[in-house]
Amino acid sequence: MIPTIPRNRTATWAYNAYIGLFFLYLALPLVVVATFAFNDSQFPSLPWKGFTWDWFFGTAQPKLGVFYESAILGAVGTSVIVGVSVSLISVAVGTTNAFLFNRYEFRGKSALYVLMIVPLVIPGIVLGISILVFSSSVANAAWEGAALDLVALRPGLTLVVLGQFSFITTISTLVISARLKSFDRTLEEAALNLGATQLTAVRTVTIPYLAPALVGAFVVSFLMSFENFNTTLMLVGSDAPLTIAMFDRLKEGSTPLLNAVSLMLMIGSSLLALVMIVFQKR
Amino acid sequence: MSSHRNFGFYLLLAPLALWLILLIIIPQVNLAMLSLQERVGVRQYETSLANYRTFIEEPLYLMTFARTAVMSVLATVLTLLIGFPVAYYIAKMVRGRTRSVLFLLCLVPFWVSELVRTFGWMILLRETGVVSSLLQWAGLASGPVEMLYNDAAIMVGLVYTSMLFMVVPLVTTLDSLDDAVIEASYDLGGTAPSILREIVIPHAMPGIVSGCIVVFMLSLGNYLTPIMLGGKESLWFTELIYSQFIVRFNWELGAAFGFLLLFLSSVIVWAALRLSGQTLEKTMG
Repeated sequence: MIPTIPRNRTATWAYNAYIGLFFLYLALPLVVVATFAFNDSQFPSLPWKGFTWDWFFGTAQPKLGVFYESAILGAVGTSVIVGVSVSLISVAVGTTNAFLFNRYEFRGKSALYVLMIVPLVIPGIVLGISILVFSSSVANAAWEGAALDLVALRPGLTLVVLGQFSFITTISTLVISARLKSFDRTLEEAALNLGATQLTAVRTVTIPYLAPALVGAFVVSFLMSFENFNTTLMLVGSDAPLTIAMFDRLKEGSTPLLNAVSLMLMIGSSLLALVMIVFQKR
Repeated sequence: MSSHRNFGFYLLLAPLALWLILLIIIPQVNLAMLSLQERVGVRQYETSLANYRTFIEEPLYLMTFARTAVMSVLATVLTLLIGFPVAYYIAKMVRGRTRSVLFLLCLVPFWVSELVRTFGWMILLRETGVVSSLLQWAGLASGPVEMLYNDAAIMVGLVYTSMLFMVVPLVTTLDSLDDAVIEASYDLGGTAPSILREIVIPHAMPGIVSGCIVVFMLSLGNYLTPIMLGGKESLWFTELIYSQFIVRFNWELGAAFGFLLLFLSSVIVWAALRLSGQTLEKTMG
């Protein structure tokens, strides 16, 4: 059961083998995706035709590399713009939410807290269609009532940002709240005693203390936005973020180009995760 | 001072209220209302339950709904059965550095998008895939084997995609179980199965519940895995919602489907919380 209790040798061996198999199961899909990015063939499958960098740096069809494929690069740019916007708004609103729940007692607080968590338990696709329906009805009303064409409320990047923001904010609120709970408020009171105004005290004492959580919430929000699929699928217009663009390619049939993009994604998110770990340790 | 304080309160309340009212409450209510509209002529609508009647009367819709629910439950149970021994191993069998490394390894696959993970399974399982080639090379199969486009493939993908959300809460709750309690029950004559049944599992219950809720919801609302790994026969309920909205442009029926999905997921979450005596704040927060 635990190392301090004598155990059956065979059982221990079987348990270790099971754990080994489990990690093999976890690693296998990622390893094959990464490996076939270097296969010198039109298809990401066996037989192995030799090693090549073409799927990254190839300059001509049929083996156009990632760095020369403008459609994919454009989609990465779109995803980054969406991700940064979503993270900025989510962290801002998450911070005000955390202060609200931490600093004030009011009627209906616990009900509001539950309501704040609800977006996490609504299926992403339902969030997507509900926002699509609502924004379309507002846009239609504006068009019929005042002949106003509210382009932002038609499927497109603004809606994608709003849709992702609607549930990612819950996560950033939880991350920032957790850190704010452990903050010693006497530090803020000391600043007030020394003549700081309320706002200065928060800005110079509390916010620096929250910094690791703010960075953490930003990175988590960015990654969630970057890899979101369900909500985005329902709200996307003509500019597709990367996950949607890759999905469209994959439906048509895959080439190792997609493996190369996937490998870049793996490297990118590992680096971000690393940045976050380093920041949390400080 | 009091009015100053009130001002700050409303300033902090405003973003929260705007977010929840404009992006969650009104859209959901709007969706419910739309699902109760029946199109009777060009731009003419009547309030009725017609869309829900269509859902009940059309065997394909009802079957897909039931199938999605059953398969999501199955995926949840499988994830729990596969993940529990791993979580126990990480929380109780290893210490120090090995432990952090194993835990981190569990997280790594989930930093890349679901699309990449699903793509990996496609490369492995398809007819020209890695597993099929290996089987032929080993002489276990005489020709290419198609392992993609069936329910088992969907299950493999769903369990894979959800694993993190099961293992993390399990490790956290198992971690808080004192080793001395296990030692004590051993000294009192407990055997591995009885200790597991009477000490470990009751203690891990909060983690089991929150893991199961999240995994169930993610499976139910999944779109990518069933569509990429499943065959023509294995329709998922989210695919019906997508096709009503985007392909057929029948938003009223699509809204009804969306609402049914939300309803199913809420009922199951609520039932799981009630049965285990947990609250949503504790489970998610």
